[in-house]
Amino acid sequence: MSAKFTENDEWITVDGEIGTVGVTSYAQDQLGDIVYVELPTVGKTYKAGDEIGVVESVKAAAEIFAPADGEVTEINAALEDKPGVINSDPAGDGWIYKIKLSNGPQVDGLMDDAAYKAFRPDA
Amino acid sequence: MNGSQFSHQGLQFEESLLFELDRPDSCGVDFDGHADLGLAEDSLGNLYRRAPIALPGLSEPEVVRHYTRLSQKNYSIDSGLYPLGSCTMKHNPRLNEKLARLEGLGDLHPLQPVATVQGVLALYDDIGRWLQEICGMPAVALSPAAGAHGELCGMMCIRAAIDEKEGEDSSRRRVLVPESAHGTNPSTATICGFTVDPIPADAGGRIDMMAFKDKLGDGSDVAGIMITNPNTCGLFETDIAKIAELIHASGGYVYCDGANLNAIMGRVRPGDLGIDCMHINLHKTFSTPHGGGGPGAGPVVLSAALAPYAPLPWVVKTGDDKFDLIEHEPGGPAKPFGRLKGFHGQTGMFIRALAYMMSHGRDGLRQASGDAVLNANYVLAKLKDVMSPAFPEYCKHEALFDDSFLAGTGVSTMDFAKAMIDEGFHPMTVYFPLVVHGAMLIEPTETESKFALDEFIGAMRVLVERARTGPAEKFHQAPRLAPRRRIDETEAARNLRLRWLPEEPTRDAAD
Repeated sequence: MSAKFTENDEWITVDGEIGTVGVTSYAQDQLGDIVYVELPTVGKTYKAGDEIGVVESVKAAAEIFAPADGEVTEINAALEDKPGVINSDPAGDGWIYKIKLSNGPQVDGLMDDAAYKAFRPDA
Repeated sequence: MNGSQFSHQGLQFEESLLFELDRPDSCGVDFDGHADLGLAEDSLGNLYRRAPIALPGLSEPEVVRHYTRLSQKNYSIDSGLYPLGSCTMKHNPRLNEKLARLEGLGDLHPLQPVATVQGVLALYDDIGRWLQEICGMPAVALSPAAGAHGELCGMMCIRAAIDEKEGEDSSRRRVLVPESAHGTNPSTATICGFTVDPIPADAGGRIDMMAFKDKLGDGSDVAGIMITNPNTCGLFETDIAKIAELIHASGGYVYCDGANLNAIMGRVRPGDLGIDCMHINLHKTFSTPHGGGGPGAGPVVLSAALAPYAPLPWVVKTGDDKFDLIEHEPGGPAKPFGRLKGFHGQTGMFIRALAYMMSHGRDGLRQASGDAVLNANYVLAKLKDVMSPAFPEYCKHEALFDDSFLAGTGVSTMDFAKAMIDEGFHPMTVYFPLVVHGAMLIEPTETESKFALDEFIGAMRVLVERARTGPAEKFHQAPRLAPRRRIDETEAARNLRLRWLPEEPTRDAAD
């Protein structure tokens, strides 16, 4: 499926019951050079809206939030050494974690590409 | 970079580290290595040094030149305008320095008997009274060593007062913190065992009163609020008295971040607004040296409700011109939460701050805050037609712009700030406060003349024009004239090289 977006500038793509989550190009551009990512814990469950990690740039630290309920199944450990990948490829190699969704329909309620573009017109 | 004198051009010295300048046959100290100093090895137990100490060999003039050249690379308030918002980089009057070096003050030792330091105890008493008078508060704790330390002191007083309450009231843990607060505020609250509940700002840049009342609820679990006034948008929190009233009615306390006292000194007394505790950065409001020139000092004024919990030590007047230093308080009405710092605080800074207060007097301090606000508004007024003020109204001591004037130019706030270096100005604070997009926060302070401000304003207008006409690449490359070009900030933040390490000896050398 194509990506869905949250108002906190995260994207999620879903394959079966596994969602892959990252931050949008707009978010990385606003943050500037990213120097540190606090990744979630594999095996831990989160509710939609829970703080799940932190992305820290030379300008600011921004929390990232779970876009939907589920259990974290995988993290992008490569970001620990090279967090700048979020800047260079936010929608690809810069993915942050994968989550096994326990309430799939929640994702349908998120913004699609057109809605997100309208939400962030200067993105 | 490796000790060669030939990398210096046009007297712009490429300075090596002392260890790189090392010449083992050179020494600045006459020292007879064979002299018997009477230090028997066994008097050190097994702690005596087994390997050479590996200090670099340099002559005295080489050492002096090294540090003098480093000092020449330093940009400071003594070399030019330093408009960092919320930092208050202002002139340090030389009168303060003269008095701090007075024989009898400059050479004091903190372990001297109390009878021999009556003068400096009188000085502690004096500066405490000045701070209480300026703030309209009945007590002060002098010892905190900086603003954030003062914050910690204030919040530890609140925690002690909460712990003292009966029943449910003693478990109050929620602390309300506006989103525009200084970044240290939430961390201080967390360290004191509180949980932080943020309050959003309204469209005008002040605390959203509806959101505040909503977050406060009945307030039964609220320990207090941490509020910065004037706030980090450079605006006076006009609802502060009402906020304090509501917090007090619900049983909580009001902490005020006094970092911006320099904007209201002599005009508003925080005690009259309902503040229970507030730290004062002596380096911001009372002109003591800042940053690396410090040390800082962050005394905390306290309301009657929090005064009993003030940390040790403190000075009491025991008779005509007689003072004592209270180092322990077993029992008695005072219930100090403990001790925050070795000895008695940053005495040298107290001397400088008191010199500033006494040389300015009541009317001079009032004029200083007025001039600080006037200068900031002058900058705002002279730049608002080409830059974009974050809020339409007059500001207090700092002028805040957002980055909408750069829209479509390809130039970011960071690029703009870096380009200021090439124009000979230290950049303003950027990307803070976070509530304003691409923020640029300019605090000229009261110590800049109209001439200096006009030069700064002129340079800013030139840069804005250049950003509009392009090319943006020039901004992306800035600074081009500084000793270092633009650094890789990710590398600089992640791969710190904090100390010199010797090169691994080659096998030949080891043999």
